[in-house]
Amino acid sequence: MDEPRSFWRKYVFSVDHKMIGIQYIVLAILMALVAGGLALMIRAQLAWPNTGMFKPEAYLSYVTMHGTLMVFFVISPAISGLANFLLPLQVGTRDMAYPVLNMLSFWTIVPGALLMIASFFMPGGAASAGWTAYPPLSAVESVNPGSGWGQTLWLLGMALFIVSFTMGGLNFLTTILNMRAKGLSMMRLPLTVWGFLVSTVLGLLAFPPLTAAAIMLLFDRHGNTSFFLTDMVVNDQLMALGNGTPLLFQHMFWFLGHPEVYVIVLPCVCMMFDIIPAFTRRPVFGYRPSVYSLLVVGFLSMIVWGHHMFVTGMNPWVGKYFSVATVIITAPFSVLGVNLLASLWRAKLRPGVPMLWCLAVVSAIGFGGLGGLFLGTMTSDIYFHETYFVVGHFHLMIGTVTLLSIFAAIYYWYPKMFGRMLNEKLGRWHFWLTALPMMSIFILMHMQGLGGMVRRTFDTSVYAYNETNAALTIPITILATALFVGQFLFLFNAIRSVRHGEEAGRNPWQATTLEWETESPAPHGNFGETLPTVHRWAYDYSVEDGDRDYVSQAAEGRA
Amino acid sequence: MGDSSPQATSNRESVLLVVVLGALALVTIGGFAWDWRPPVAAEEGAGIDATITYLLIAAGFILLVGHAVLVWFIWRSDRGDQPYERPTRRAEWIWGIIPVLLMLALSEAGVLVVSGPVWDSLYVNKPKDPLVVEVVGKQFEWVMRYPGVDGAFGKYDWRYVDGTDNPLGVDEDDDTSLDDVIVRGKLFVPRGRPVIVKLRSHDVIHCFFVPHFRVKQDLIPGFPTSMRFTATRNGVFELVCAELCGLGHYRMRGEVHVVEPAEFDRWLAKRAKFGG
Repeated sequence: MDEPRSFWRKYVFSVDHKMIGIQYIVLAILMALVAGGLALMIRAQLAWPNTGMFKPEAYLSYVTMHGTLMVFFVISPAISGLANFLLPLQVGTRDMAYPVLNMLSFWTIVPGALLMIASFFMPGGAASAGWTAYPPLSAVESVNPGSGWGQTLWLLGMALFIVSFTMGGLNFLTTILNMRAKGLSMMRLPLTVWGFLVSTVLGLLAFPPLTAAAIMLLFDRHGNTSFFLTDMVVNDQLMALGNGTPLLFQHMFWFLGHPEVYVIVLPCVCMMFDIIPAFTRRPVFGYRPSVYSLLVVGFLSMIVWGHHMFVTGMNPWVGKYFSVATVIITAPFSVLGVNLLASLWRAKLRPGVPMLWCLAVVSAIGFGGLGGLFLGTMTSDIYFHETYFVVGHFHLMIGTVTLLSIFAAIYYWYPKMFGRMLNEKLGRWHFWLTALPMMSIFILMHMQGLGGMVRRTFDTSVYAYNETNAALTIPITILATALFVGQFLFLFNAIRSVRHGEEAGRNPWQATTLEWETESPAPHGNFGETLPTVHRWAYDYSVEDGDRDYVSQAAEGRA
Repeated sequence: MGDSSPQATSNRESVLLVVVLGALALVTIGGFAWDWRPPVAAEEGAGIDATITYLLIAAGFILLVGHAVLVWFIWRSDRGDQPYERPTRRAEWIWGIIPVLLMLALSEAGVLVVSGPVWDSLYVNKPKDPLVVEVVGKQFEWVMRYPGVDGAFGKYDWRYVDGTDNPLGVDEDDDTSLDDVIVRGKLFVPRGRPVIVKLRSHDVIHCFFVPHFRVKQDLIPGFPTSMRFTATRNGVFELVCAELCGLGHYRMRGEVHVVEPAEFDRWLAKRAKFGG
């Protein structure tokens, strides 16, 4: 493989999976600053509703864009970035199966992100019908100012995201299935790779209906069709829009929307299985049960989307089915949680910043996962639907579990990306300023939801019953500010350590998987002259091998 | 590098962290035990509350045990070298099956045993002698309609809608319309009698939510829905729009007035009829 020399080929239009991975992560960080800034504006409005800082329509566009950007342009690209960086290294190959497609995938999400940002400057502002974009609100401009060009750009941006995800996903899938190193059977894969595999398959299956829904909504908005629209009365005037069904959109949206949760949560949970052993010096507990649970969770996640729609007037027997099926997920998912916990059993614990993040993730999975029971059970969901309980819950799962895991992963694999360690002291401060505020914020939101406080509300003081709930609003805003400010420690650390961090060496954590076999940073082509051959599973810790307590996957000898 | 690596200095921070996380679990359970909910005021709401209580106990128990184990493992790991043998495959499968059985039992008991009858009372069983009311949502207000003594709602046609005189576009040529009673913003219901609320929307999706009753139901354009409740206490309870419906969503507030049945009859008799 010829190493690219020019700046453009090396850093911008690169086909090297490692550079593309880093590009994705940089994109995620930039978008996180925007989406996090939106979150602070939302929190400011909620804490001090009567200052006239924002108009209600602006507030709703912040809510909508915060959610959209965080899910599709922060967490997703961050995970895609890690997958890009890690998969070829961990399966022991030189690059993705289709490097050019990989580059196209990144350069397709970038215009998607730019369209989302541009939508703020359209007449009527950015989309403001919520990240779920339910029609008719998202379809008819006269009922919602943000449903003009802002919403159109939103739909186009989403379409570009999906195209990008599909190109990336095909690459991940092919690379995992076809390009594994000699000896690396499926049951020897690190769980991180399993996580990306299940996530990718789910995404490839679930995104097409959303693509269809987005295109149908575009037609409803600009082509006079009525897939999702019915006649309505606006300002006492009849608008003859047709005889469609708004609920169809919800089904199509959540057919993606629910698996999407697992698309981003599963790889994060699975990365924990690879990071923790480096700090406990023990193999993971229950590798095979974890793999099977992962597959079951993935399958179940495709057939439970209706639990987002318990109060839409669905047939009560259908509602019961969705509830029964939904809470079954807690069973295989709890196996993953128990196995993470049990992997800490009799640990020969080593301190380290990645491990702090992992421990917080284990706890957050407990808080977040158990909250899901309240929403999957159909009658308690009647009360909790659209309240801050939902907001707290999904922020714990697809905000906190994911973000804490992503940070664990960045602190852990940064040395492989740049050849240097992140500063540990700054890392610890960053950890404490992130994990604790973040978990507290979303646990407190559960309490507001228990009090019945409704989400996407510009001014909660309109309702007298919110008086109790309002006591928590200002503390949450303060914690959110601390959380946001804390991230600049990370930014500073990440930028500074590229040049000034401590030299890492090949294997700073004394870990077993293939990426640690090569230099840090990994060279173009990853592995020098010959590709590694795998002789054992990914978790040979607590074995005696000279003065070492681990054996690399690529080491020859007893398997 | 062996175990003498510079990172192998101290695990105090990890221990501190898990203790903090354990404390967070305790505080959370304490926080949930405190009553954030507005006092319940409907029969079905009491059933929903029972489901929530069951889940709080079940989830609180697992959260606590999980965090206790987390704290214990990390605490113990700080005590230097201990004999370690890799867990057997058998142990791994046993600890895979235990959580599966436990979670299946706890969660499905919640859905089928605790929650099922409440769900049936809301959506399956037919209530006895219900009061039927129509509630219409439009940006950003609630309009209620009572069928009058004939018990039948008059036809409506959206072409007749007139914001001041005929907000629902009721057809004045339909005889059953004449005794219909239309009230804006306030839903009056008798205490103790099941109320069936027929819900429809004029424009976008809204959601009928009475926090004190715990019940919630979407209003979907082109797709009439219905829900029910039986109020148990007299008083004025807030009616909330729970589904994002536009820039005035936050102020789409209504009221539910629960009164004694006799008072309800007197109130209804005094209202102006649609037919004048």
